[in-house]
Amino acid sequence: MTEAISTTKQRKWQDYFTFCTDHKVIGIQYLVSSFFFYFIGGIFAEIMRTELATPDPDVVSPELYNQLLTLHGTIMIFLWIVPAAAGFANYLIPLMVGAEDMAFPRLNALAFWINPPAGVLLLSSFFVGAPQSGWTSYPPLSLLSGKWGEEFWILSILLIGTSSILGAINFVTTILKMRIPEMDIHSMPLFCWAMLASSALALLSTPVLAAALVLLSFDLIVGTSFFNPAGGGDPIVYQHLFWFYSHPAVYIMILPFFGIISEVLPVHSRKPIFGYRAIAYSSLAISFLGLIVWAHHMFTSGTPGWLRMFFMATTMLIAVPTGIKIFSWCATLWGGKLNLNTSLLFGIGFVSSFLIGGLSGVMIASVPFDIHVHDTYFIVAHFHYVLFGGSVLGLYAGVYHWFPKMTGRMVNETLGKIHFAMSFIGLNITFLPMHELGLMGMNRRIALYDIEFQPLNLIATIGSYILAASTIPFIINVIWSLNKGKQAERNPWRALTLEWQTSSPPAIENFSETPVLWSGPYEYGIDSEPRDSDSIRDLLAEVASEG
Amino acid sequence: MNIPSNIITLIAGIILTMISLWYGQNHGLMPVAASEEATQVDALFNLMVTIACGLFLIVQGTLIFCVLKFRRKKGDTTDGPPIEGNIPLEIVWTAIPTIIVFVLSIYSFEIYNNMGGLDPMASMASHHSPAQHHHHEPMLAMTGEQSQLSLGIGDSPDENSNSPVYVDVNGIQYAWIFNYTDSGIVSGELRVPVKHPVHLNLKAGDVIHAFWLPEFRLKQDAIPGKDTTLVFTPTRIGEYPIICAELCGAYHGGMKSRLYVLSESDYEKWLQENIMAQSAQEANTVAISTAEMSDAEYLAPYAQEMGVNQEIITQLRPIQ
Repeated sequence: MTEAISTTKQRKWQDYFTFCTDHKVIGIQYLVSSFFFYFIGGIFAEIMRTELATPDPDVVSPELYNQLLTLHGTIMIFLWIVPAAAGFANYLIPLMVGAEDMAFPRLNALAFWINPPAGVLLLSSFFVGAPQSGWTSYPPLSLLSGKWGEEFWILSILLIGTSSILGAINFVTTILKMRIPEMDIHSMPLFCWAMLASSALALLSTPVLAAALVLLSFDLIVGTSFFNPAGGGDPIVYQHLFWFYSHPAVYIMILPFFGIISEVLPVHSRKPIFGYRAIAYSSLAISFLGLIVWAHHMFTSGTPGWLRMFFMATTMLIAVPTGIKIFSWCATLWGGKLNLNTSLLFGIGFVSSFLIGGLSGVMIASVPFDIHVHDTYFIVAHFHYVLFGGSVLGLYAGVYHWFPKMTGRMVNETLGKIHFAMSFIGLNITFLPMHELGLMGMNRRIALYDIEFQPLNLIATIGSYILAASTIPFIINVIWSLNKGKQAERNPWRALTLEWQTSSPPAIENFSETPVLWSGPYEYGIDSEPRDSDSIRDLLAEVASEG
Repeated sequence: MNIPSNIITLIAGIILTMISLWYGQNHGLMPVAASEEATQVDALFNLMVTIACGLFLIVQGTLIFCVLKFRRKKGDTTDGPPIEGNIPLEIVWTAIPTIIVFVLSIYSFEIYNNMGGLDPMASMASHHSPAQHHHHEPMLAMTGEQSQLSLGIGDSPDENSNSPVYVDVNGIQYAWIFNYTDSGIVSGELRVPVKHPVHLNLKAGDVIHAFWLPEFRLKQDAIPGKDTTLVFTPTRIGEYPIICAELCGAYHGGMKSRLYVLSESDYEKWLQENIMAQSAQEANTVAISTAEMSDAEYLAPYAQEMGVNQEIITQLRPIQ
């Protein structure tokens, strides 16, 4: 039985290279371009891991190593995870709230098109001597190691920050103002709640980073002394301003994927989300607490003792809303009818590995312990469990979940499961040994290390090769499925959120008419009669033919 | 819902608790603890590992159980039970983490306070009074004012009877230089007597460095233009690494030194030898005309004194 595909005009591939104001085109633009940068950032990571397979700096020079680590961090944060989250938000928010497009479509297109030049600018810093002072760019080191590379880095981040602010304005306005009238704020999908929380953070904190970088730029170019101690400046002030953005940035990078997981788990385990309001409000709580924890990155920077205690307490408190989410996700799975497809596997993998990052996160909130592990591989392990085990696995869960909607094709499940297995195993082999390395005395951001650390480093390097290889089945899967994949129905997962009420891929203005909210977003199992895809399709056809 | 019977839950809980308690004590993840405070930090870490291990097993166990037990049967297209929440359960799993982080915060606060972290001024003051008798004091008077910003650590009262050792530490790309304020010795390695409070005054010459003693669980940034303090009392004779933990440039990975904790007599011996060497060398400087020496000859005694030798220089140099 083939689905009656609406005969509305479809996008041509050329459209994806234009200044197009369609939120779906922009969403795909974000996702594809961010994946391209993920690939580059990944190559940098593999070069670093290859270097670290042996204690001597024998693969790349220590200068190049520092350039690679600076750009790896910057790319993965600003050109992969942040824009990939923006890609999902762009694609999904208007569909989920039943709107035709975002509130400000042209602003939206502008926000995207700021990114590619910023990325090119960042990478072109290699021609003038790429920055070597880490993605944190602490002065005075950042003022001493290559003026133009550093300036390219600053300009690139300023552009991306601007893009992020424009995007956030759009998300908040669309979520608050463009929902169909029947959808009150407590019946919107949890992804929208997560984006609301994440956008609020972006709006409040990004301007502070911009201020810090502009001042750093003055120090660099015209020789002012805002942060330069040689002229009486204070390098610690920069750290405060930097982390005032960059800690919330962690939540900007993880909250959208919390949202995606809250969508993926109920659909594929055929059960309502457990504790909708708790999950929704905990996003807001994380967002608020996220603004008052930044100095936990500075426990050894000469921060006064009482201030360290304050930031320790607020940081630990974040474990509470985060714990609520993890327990609620487990309870959602419990007793369900799990369809263990690739999307759900990535979703469960997310909960499993994010948990490890969360537990180590509580540990390093504790000042006496953090003093020992600050700037060591323990920290590297912690944030990779959060950002790879969390954000990246969550991102893949989303890709596999919405691929049928975005492309009109189903993915190949076998390749998908191979991709999952390799990612999950690779990630644990790479990052688990780093905890021990850090505790035993290996500091981060070094190209050469003591011979006693070699065995664990070699294991991590092997793990990173598995991770690199894991993207091969994914890329094959995407290319194959786009061309040969089974045609996707409107609603292959029998999901209840609004994006599944329109055709796959959706028509240019999303819905042929205003969609009808005929149940809450997660009300699985409420009807006594079984919902198979036929009955859903009949129902949807009925809805579509009305009026 | 398919809840296992109470007995199974109870047994699982007991096993889980025992595994967590065992792992918390036997993880073997920390290097040797070379001071009283390091042991306290380890006790805190062990507690956190125990709690983390328990939570890890509960959540991962639940996930694995779900994957095995709640898999959809082939051809079953019905939905699961429509459970949308459970307020008492949600209150429990909000309250338990709240209590855990509350306890951990208070415990961490306590240990941090024991380390002297909350009141570096007090720890300074307590060292001040015995130090007043010393002939050498101006250094301290200067740092005293700035130590509000810094960290004083290792202020166990019973050990205060031993006279403290004061060392100025200067971090430069890519070495630590130790200046013993009392004896005027300059060295590239740090030697201290066991069970005496060591009072480090950290400075940085160029960029930010961080002075890390893994075996003492201590780390403090050395910030240009701003002195910071680190106080600790070693309790275990031995040789320990000193590591720069803040990215400070290309050879950051090579910025290392050693800390030797010596017995009191060994320390005295070392002190006397070096004071003599120092004065002997000063005499040399007067006698020998430096103009006749090559750079290498002129610098050799200084290099030796700082612990810089050919081997270290090769380590610092890029291989390529």
